[in-house]
Amino acid sequence: MYDAVIIGGGVIGCAVAQRLSEYAGRFAVMERASDVSEGASKANSGIVHAGYDAKAGSEKARLNVKGAGMMRKLCDRLGVPFGMPGAMVLGFLENDRNALEALLENGIRNGIEGLRLIGREEILRMEPHVNPDVFMALLVPSSGLVSPYELTHALADSACENGVEFLLDTQVLCLSNEEGTWRITTDRGVCISRCVINCAGVGADTLHNQISDRKVEIVPRRGQYYLTDHTLPLTFKRTMFQVPTRMGKGVLVSPTTHGNLLFGPTAEDITDGDDTATTREGLKDVMDKVRLTYPEADLRSVITTFSGIRAHEQGGDFIIGEVQGAMPGAFEAIGIESPGLSAAPAIGQELGDWVAWHLRLGRNLSYTEPVPLDRPFAGMNEQERRRAYERDPDYGRIVCRCEQVTEAEVRRAIRRPVGARSLDGVKRRTRAGMGRCQGGFCSTRVMQILAEELGCDLNEVTKSGGGSWILSDRIRGDERR
Amino acid sequence: MSEKRIPVDLLIIGAGPAGLAAAIAAKRAGVMDLVVLEREDVPGGILNQCIHNGFGLHRFKEELTGPEYAQRDIREARDLNIPVRCGTAVLSVSRGKQVTAVSRDRGIEVFQARAIILAMGCRERPRGALAIPGTRPSGIFSAGTAQKLVNMAGFMPGRRVVILGSGDIGLIMARRMTLQGARVLCCAELMPYSSGLNRNIVQCLQDYDIPLLLSHTVVDIRGRKRLEGVAIARVDESRQVIPGTEKQISCDTLLLSVGLIPENELSLTAGVKLSPVTSGPVVNSRFETSVPGIFSCGNVLHVHDLVDYVSRESMQAGRAAAALLTEGRQAADRVAVRDGQGVRGTVPQRLELPRGEITEGMELMFRPDRVYQNHFVTLRTGKGVLFSQRCLILTPGEMAEVKLSPKMLEQMRGQELTVEIRPDKQA
Repeated sequence: MYDAVIIGGGVIGCAVAQRLSEYAGRFAVMERASDVSEGASKANSGIVHAGYDAKAGSEKARLNVKGAGMMRKLCDRLGVPFGMPGAMVLGFLENDRNALEALLENGIRNGIEGLRLIGREEILRMEPHVNPDVFMALLVPSSGLVSPYELTHALADSACENGVEFLLDTQVLCLSNEEGTWRITTDRGVCISRCVINCAGVGADTLHNQISDRKVEIVPRRGQYYLTDHTLPLTFKRTMFQVPTRMGKGVLVSPTTHGNLLFGPTAEDITDGDDTATTREGLKDVMDKVRLTYPEADLRSVITTFSGIRAHEQGGDFIIGEVQGAMPGAFEAIGIESPGLSAAPAIGQELGDWVAWHLRLGRNLSYTEPVPLDRPFAGMNEQERRRAYERDPDYGRIVCRCEQVTEAEVRRAIRRPVGARSLDGVKRRTRAGMGRCQGGFCSTRVMQILAEELGCDLNEVTKSGGGSWILSDRIRGDERR
Repeated sequence: MSEKRIPVDLLIIGAGPAGLAAAIAAKRAGVMDLVVLEREDVPGGILNQCIHNGFGLHRFKEELTGPEYAQRDIREARDLNIPVRCGTAVLSVSRGKQVTAVSRDRGIEVFQARAIILAMGCRERPRGALAIPGTRPSGIFSAGTAQKLVNMAGFMPGRRVVILGSGDIGLIMARRMTLQGARVLCCAELMPYSSGLNRNIVQCLQDYDIPLLLSHTVVDIRGRKRLEGVAIARVDESRQVIPGTEKQISCDTLLLSVGLIPENELSLTAGVKLSPVTSGPVVNSRFETSVPGIFSCGNVLHVHDLVDYVSRESMQAGRAAAALLTEGRQAADRVAVRDGQGVRGTVPQRLELPRGEITEGMELMFRPDRVYQNHFVTLRTGKGVLFSQRCLILTPGEMAEVKLSPKMLEQMRGQELTVEIRPDKQA
């Protein structure tokens, strides 16, 4: 029997797992996909919001401010890319002044420091590529950037190192409480646990409604994005927001932690929480809005488009804690849309501690602090590269030319505690295939390394697990495998 | 492992057809101290996966396969004792011609070159760059990746295939996949003409009854895990989808042959100026870039149709680099070359005319911006039309060439040259 089972291997589930692993107990993360970070955590804006936007007094505001405050230290501990370049909320009309002033006031109430309104000249001096028709902006010095999937993977690794089991390709179908114990029915069998923690993202409402008479409703809200190639110098140093709308923070133009530019997202309420397709209309909508911020935006620099699904709960706020109207021992994090990534460190800590307290768990005496991830070869200076090569000559072999990822890094990604099992898994952990050729050159080599490390045939390697096969059949003998 | 800079007279990046030809020509022209760096484990570049024939008709007057063509240069480089260092990836090139490379055998090495020839080739435009809407399943490959999987790894990427784009690699793969038992359903091309060679359309599509759908594109991609199908639709003259023409096709594989992009990220680290039209370096008639002593040739300079012309151009670049190293910089008169109406991406962008008597001719290469029939390729200077030649057909899929004789070059001194495609023979 488990002490706690966490349902969902996104950034929230993994943050909770990481925190719980500091306590003595038997824990598992169940994830329906073949890897962690396969849902909203892999496809979002990667912004650590300062917290000026969430309504003062809400859970969103409280956890955003708290989580954002924890983020830098957490990323340092894990070795995850983090930066705090700041942000601007741009207003293009005289009328936007009221909205910006309201944001400023809300931010001050949320305790955000350094916020101020700036005029056109100052905006253009700081960010010369902004549309010169800009009227005024809210400057947000404490807005940050994080690589959301790298954060999730690092949290999962640390949790796994400290004994949390990761049950991938495992979909939870049904939760029930039998004599004070939780029974978890999955597509791979049944297990029991003293506690369950529902971090199932867009699927969280189904599980919640099975065990509580106080129903919740999650509306999948899709966001479509463009990603451009990285350039030096950066076109934009800061994240550029537009004045928010009822549907969210609007379309942004933002650098990523790796120097790409991100355009998006749309905000479309859809019915199918797995429908991560992009659409012609959605992409056009993004580009139309991006051009308001950044008139010179050039589609030729785009290297990929994608969409992610936010779990919007109709009440509009995060729902965190013990499940209301359910038997004891059920916990949840529901409606974790923006600023959920920013809040994740705080949600993980609070929910983990809460469950541990509920279970009266002691400290995990064999707990070890996470080992920060190795710096990527691409980010090393010459001395560091020489040292890395001395340590492991596989650093001498470039696999992905666009992002300068070495064979050593690909092999290490597969050997991590919750290691890569697919092309996408390698991509998110190493950036191999994330560059301008989108894996055109390196995917064959990455597949070969995966097959070697996993001890399987080349045609058993998948793009993202499940039915995402890449090769159909062999046309020659074994000699060139 | 030392941290000293390794001096070398000429460093060539890439041992594909361009790098090998440049190295051979430079060595023959007297450069003794040279090295070729190649990131793959074997020289030959992309030719190694091009197992079909049709290579070498112009250069060798023979029909060779890609590996056979490559082998000739590999053997010659070996006979000339040219060091070709495989498994060595160049990480950066500085304006001062310092080249940082890494290999599994030797780790990080820094070369200090006197001259560099950039011969990195090109890459394929990926799906993401087209922003095709839909899901992101497995089963979408660039044609060259599929070619590598089939011809090098020995695996089929799928069984029911749609091809988007009619670039040459896509056409070749239509035939290759068909011969291997796959069903190639169609080849959709956005433009009203193919971007591939006419001979490939005949030999790879028509001979196998594979329909070429001009003015069509893929407008949706279906399938969560593996590709399940695509929707194609007709587009109008301005390449906008015509509503109501969408058609669903069930397939497990989509191959993209939608353009090649010269791979100039290293050139940028050296501060080499690129042309927005060719996406390759701006060069003079010695194939020297905006950074003195850094040369560029082959598909990294501009995308060619035929490897024969890559070899020819690269030999010229190799000789030019050798001349700079052995004779020093010679004074020259400059003639700027401009794209006029109907013409895109003329290379070189500047002619360097020797001060004395001109003994050798030069070539200008360019692509028409659309299909022209019975038009005139015209060279014009401030003094009037210098040259005009009727062409039965000019198409963007086939690179056009104008040979400049020493006499024509002499007439250009002190002028600017414009290359045009005109409906009439202008005087």
